[in-house]
Amino acid sequence: MLRSRPASQEALNKADERQLTASQWQLIWWRFRKHRAAMISLAVLLLFYFVALFAGFFAPRDPARVDAQFAQAPPQPLVFIDETGFHFPPIVYGYVGERDPKTLRKFYRVSADDRHQLRFFVRGDPYLILGFIESDIHFIGADDPDSPLFLLGTDLLGRDMLSRVIYGGQVSLTVGLVGVFLSLILGILLGGVSGYYGGWLDVAIQRLIEVLRSIPTIPLWLTLSAALPRNLTQLQMYFGITIILSFIGWTEVARVVRGKFMSLRNEDFILAARTIGTPRFRIIYRHMVPSFISHLIAALTLALPIMILSETALSFLGLGLRPPTISWGTLLDGTQNLNAIALTPWLLLPVVPIIITVLAFNFVGDGLRDAADPYA
Amino acid sequence: MLGFILRRILLFIPTLLFISILVFFLIQLPPGDYLDTLILRMQESGSSVDAETEALLRQRYALDQPFLSQYARWISNIVTEGDFGRSFNWNKPVSELIWSRLGWTLAISLGSLLFTWALAFPIAIYSATNQYSLFDYFFSFLGFIGLAIPNFLLALVLMWIGFSVFGVSMGGLFSSEFRDAPWSIEKFIDFLSHLWVPIVVLGTAGTAGLIRTMRANLLDELNKPYVEAARAKGLRERRLIWKYPVRVALNPFISSLATILPGMISGATIVSVVLNLPTTGPLMLDALLEQDMFLAGSFLLMLSLFTLVSTLVSDILLVLVDPRIRLD
Repeated sequence: MLRSRPASQEALNKADERQLTASQWQLIWWRFRKHRAAMISLAVLLLFYFVALFAGFFAPRDPARVDAQFAQAPPQPLVFIDETGFHFPPIVYGYVGERDPKTLRKFYRVSADDRHQLRFFVRGDPYLILGFIESDIHFIGADDPDSPLFLLGTDLLGRDMLSRVIYGGQVSLTVGLVGVFLSLILGILLGGVSGYYGGWLDVAIQRLIEVLRSIPTIPLWLTLSAALPRNLTQLQMYFGITIILSFIGWTEVARVVRGKFMSLRNEDFILAARTIGTPRFRIIYRHMVPSFISHLIAALTLALPIMILSETALSFLGLGLRPPTISWGTLLDGTQNLNAIALTPWLLLPVVPIIITVLAFNFVGDGLRDAADPYA
Repeated sequence: MLGFILRRILLFIPTLLFISILVFFLIQLPPGDYLDTLILRMQESGSSVDAETEALLRQRYALDQPFLSQYARWISNIVTEGDFGRSFNWNKPVSELIWSRLGWTLAISLGSLLFTWALAFPIAIYSATNQYSLFDYFFSFLGFIGLAIPNFLLALVLMWIGFSVFGVSMGGLFSSEFRDAPWSIEKFIDFLSHLWVPIVVLGTAGTAGLIRTMRANLLDELNKPYVEAARAKGLRERRLIWKYPVRVALNPFISSLATILPGMISGATIVSVVLNLPTTGPLMLDALLEQDMFLAGSFLLMLSLFTLVSTLVSDILLVLVDPRIRLD
């Protein structure tokens, strides 16, 4: 008893010491880890970004490849077990084309008479890894690259929806990141100026924020993107949209930053830094910004899904990105026509990754917000 | 009190002024101006325009003037004569096109707000008084889903389900046979049977948010000593809750005018496009796609005015209702 006590005391001290000497980011991470939904969501998001990064590898086909003979084909289920036994890798059934006797519209049915064995790491359509390494190895595919493989069906022209959804993630998942990054820079700059200098600059910036926030967001975004010239390249359009998205986003950041600056300005450690003659700019980026950056990151994580959704909404309405750019929004373009959707409901499938991403970012943002202040 | 209201209203004017300048700037952004489009239209219809006429027209529309004086002309026409400029696409004054659209937008947004209130009020009280119960969890979960699913996608999916499962088109506000009919009881019933779709779609996100805040507020109140004191004195639970904590926790309902209503006005734009409603959304979208900028700009200006007014009303109401809010 007597001997065990110092030992446990030591263990306790060690845990304490670990806690006390851990950096702020370590503490944040430890607390974040306890939020189970946030951890699962983080894993899902990392997976999404990973797949988007190596889209060429994960997409079974070239997203622009047109197979007119299989236009508007329904999704093929993956078959693991059928009367011929267990299949791994799974097989898919091919299509038979039929004509509706009344409307004479051509449609496809999945038919068990036609089987295609799938394999992992097969050769198929060529693509570039990270934009510069040539490759034609795909995660999954049929032996014969020309045999039909449309796990999420095809669109009106006969392009593979699964590949398009995977490639669409490249744009949709990053448009928000770039937008948030721009908002962050603008917000810290203007919010910092507003909070640090005060005076008429503060009044002017606050007025500007108030004006921007009183304009309904979606109509404002629509108007801004309508003002973008029509002859932009795909890349220019992409950055145009991110700038538009951060047009409102920075105001929130600026408000948080300004509030923090105002309260930090009179803190002892800032006063101390000022007394020993630290330059103003160094005080800002060395002492002030690190003390509230975690809050900002949490706030921005919650802003990300809104940006992703806005890109989707703009593209869906035809005012954002335009084909041939592939994004989840442009994929939904054309689903406004109900008659078309009733016949080809799988064209609505891009809704699923959008909702999962938005939910996941919300959970991660909630977790970060709870963990942002580890000393509380 | 009166001083606060007056000051608040005075503050409203410069904000609106800045918004109108910004809006005018935005509608000037696309390349080309009013007159280029007009001349193009005239040439299309066969009449040629010589340089002299062009210069004359340019002068008449004050397009040779600097930005600020063009703006002054535009805004003074709006304020004094209600003249918002002309729509190229419709070849009509903008003011003939926008009012009924704006009316529908306002009606649907306010309807959604009422729906939100009606739903959030009982659920929030139930969730707070029965914290961690099965229904509390259920509503929290439902609320999260409601917050996460973007409303235009919800509209899209609802439309699809309605069409493919029930075989009805849920778009629009009237069935085709009633569209041009005069108002009657049948038309009103038909109208109500269409109205619930946009109201539910627009209301979900707001309801979830309102329940969250109201529940948190009420939980704070319920843990205060005065509640304990009232309970100790033998006040019945139902009477106790309704008489004090609920009233105190009602603020989010008033401030929802400033937080949720603008979101609905904004969200209605895109939901209306999906559901094909006669609100500002579809017409504004067309105007933007056709670069009919005066029409689009007028919508943007008026929708901003709605937002500003709802914030103003909410601020004033909050001060009137809740003496704890400091006036300065």
